[in-house]
Amino acid sequence: MSIAEKIDWWPRDDYSRVPFKLYHDEAIYEQEMERIFRGPVWNFMGLEAEIPNTGDFRTTWIGDTPVVYNRTENGEIAAFVNRCAHRGATVRRESYGNAADHTCIYHRWCYDLNGNLIGVPFQRGVHGKGGMSDDFHKSDHRLRPLRVENYHGVLFASFKGDEVEPLVDYLGPHHAHHIARLGSRPMKVIGYQRQYIYGNWKFYNENLRDLYHGTLLHEFQTTFAIARMTQAGGSKMDPRHRHNLSWGIEGTDDDEDAKKAYEEAKVKDGVLSLKDGAYVTYRPEWEDDISISICSVFPNSCFQQIRNSLATRQIRPKSMNEFELFWTIYGYEDDDADMLHHRNMQANLVGPAGLISMEDGEAVEIVHRATAREGDFHSVVEVGGGGPIVGTESESLCIDIPCRGFWSYYSELMGIEAEGGIR
Amino acid sequence: MIESKQREQINDLLNDYVWYIDTDRLEEWIEFFTDDCTYRVIPRENVEQNLPGVVILCENKNQLTDRIVSYREANEYNLHYDRHIISNPRIENGKGKNTFHVLSNYSVYQSNLDGETRLFSVGYYDDVIVYEGDTPKFKERTVVVDTFSIPTLLATPL
Repeated sequence: MSIAEKIDWWPRDDYSRVPFKLYHDEAIYEQEMERIFRGPVWNFMGLEAEIPNTGDFRTTWIGDTPVVYNRTENGEIAAFVNRCAHRGATVRRESYGNAADHTCIYHRWCYDLNGNLIGVPFQRGVHGKGGMSDDFHKSDHRLRPLRVENYHGVLFASFKGDEVEPLVDYLGPHHAHHIARLGSRPMKVIGYQRQYIYGNWKFYNENLRDLYHGTLLHEFQTTFAIARMTQAGGSKMDPRHRHNLSWGIEGTDDDEDAKKAYEEAKVKDGVLSLKDGAYVTYRPEWEDDISISICSVFPNSCFQQIRNSLATRQIRPKSMNEFELFWTIYGYEDDDADMLHHRNMQANLVGPAGLISMEDGEAVEIVHRATAREGDFHSVVEVGGGGPIVGTESESLCIDIPCRGFWSYYSELMGIEAEGGIR
Repeated sequence: MIESKQREQINDLLNDYVWYIDTDRLEEWIEFFTDDCTYRVIPRENVEQNLPGVVILCENKNQLTDRIVSYREANEYNLHYDRHIISNPRIENGKGKNTFHVLSNYSVYQSNLDGETRLFSVGYYDDVIVYEGDTPKFKERTVVVDTFSIPTLLATPL
């Protein structure tokens, strides 16, 4: 049965009802890896700052495909599937390093930094016997390349280099502007964090596009009066509505007004204060006043600014039931020691132990668990209303409209759009 | 030469520390640290790349207290029991009088409310232990996590 037949119903053409079977089907997962992650999209891969010197490399995952990226002799960045063209072994097993070439340990086939096959031991055999056929040419066998774009120090890669639209068009004006903002100074990696979540990768993409949960699930924000739905904030999307940029500006609401709103909603607000909250303070460093922004790019990434904590998040699906969330915490080359330390202190807010983020791991897992046997039922996605998604901006933090945009574009790539479905 | 009494006291501190976590006495657990303590949880991959990036960093007892208050009052996490196992403590004299550098291995098993147990975290403690009067306390406790792809989330201290 085709996927389209399996998903023979979208209860509504505005994607405000999402069938749970979409998260719990092996065939769907297989198709996602081909049509989405290896399809005509730009996947976030890594940061230029991670590989400053010739031969610097890192290994990563695009979808569940292992990938290596490195700096070549001419200073460019190349990426390829981390699979030997010979018998399919993982070529580069380390997470990072520096090397003049990549040699597979199995039979020592050797590739240059552009992924070209440059060495095959005993290609002509031994004492005139054995070896490769005469019609074997090294140039026919290379590591499978990905197309790479370096956008203000942020590396994106695509398996469909010929078909994919230009990166800036793919990002759309808001996201292109925002990533350029984050990459306006040379970056410096502070460290990595990883969170292994037992749930389907799409639940996390929804989480990133659901502004409504921000101060309800993450109670640190309201308990210590750090961020509230009553502040100025909202969402920006690309014209195709596949990406989302949630933003907020602290200090733009009134304590009394916020207190009243949360009391009416029966949600606690501002009941405690931190004994030593100095490290939580925001040190303005941008021309705009935005103190929190969660910039999500379809299908695998998020660029986060939580006060002065900057991080990329890469979603690495492991199976339909698991994904790893890979965080790269960074600052800037021209940060002084105090600012780098301040950013590292604010790493307390994010990641698997983050005071404002740990809950997402649990939220994804409890949804995954409860929906596994409920495939014929669906979720409700209509905070901020249903129907067509009008425009690309919304000035409310009480919405989950960008989730519907995610599903619309997902359906287009998967070939399962609702009849007359919104885009 | 380290006096056997001090060795015993330091071993007791290591044991009490994990026992208090596993029995949910976190408000008392804070008292195993000095006022100017540093408690950090750092992924092993960062240590190996000489990167300072942490998962948790508290630079005094007030910040440690805030972590615990947040854990009690604000954070949501997977409902679970922890069980710490520590082994191979290696106690050396540190820099300064009555200061000790202590290394020990740990593993933490996590059990959910259905009684299913998983190995949650493996790593080691790298400590600077000092004496406040007759009582040894952690001036620094660095938790280096081998299991740095942290399953689900990390709420309860390691």
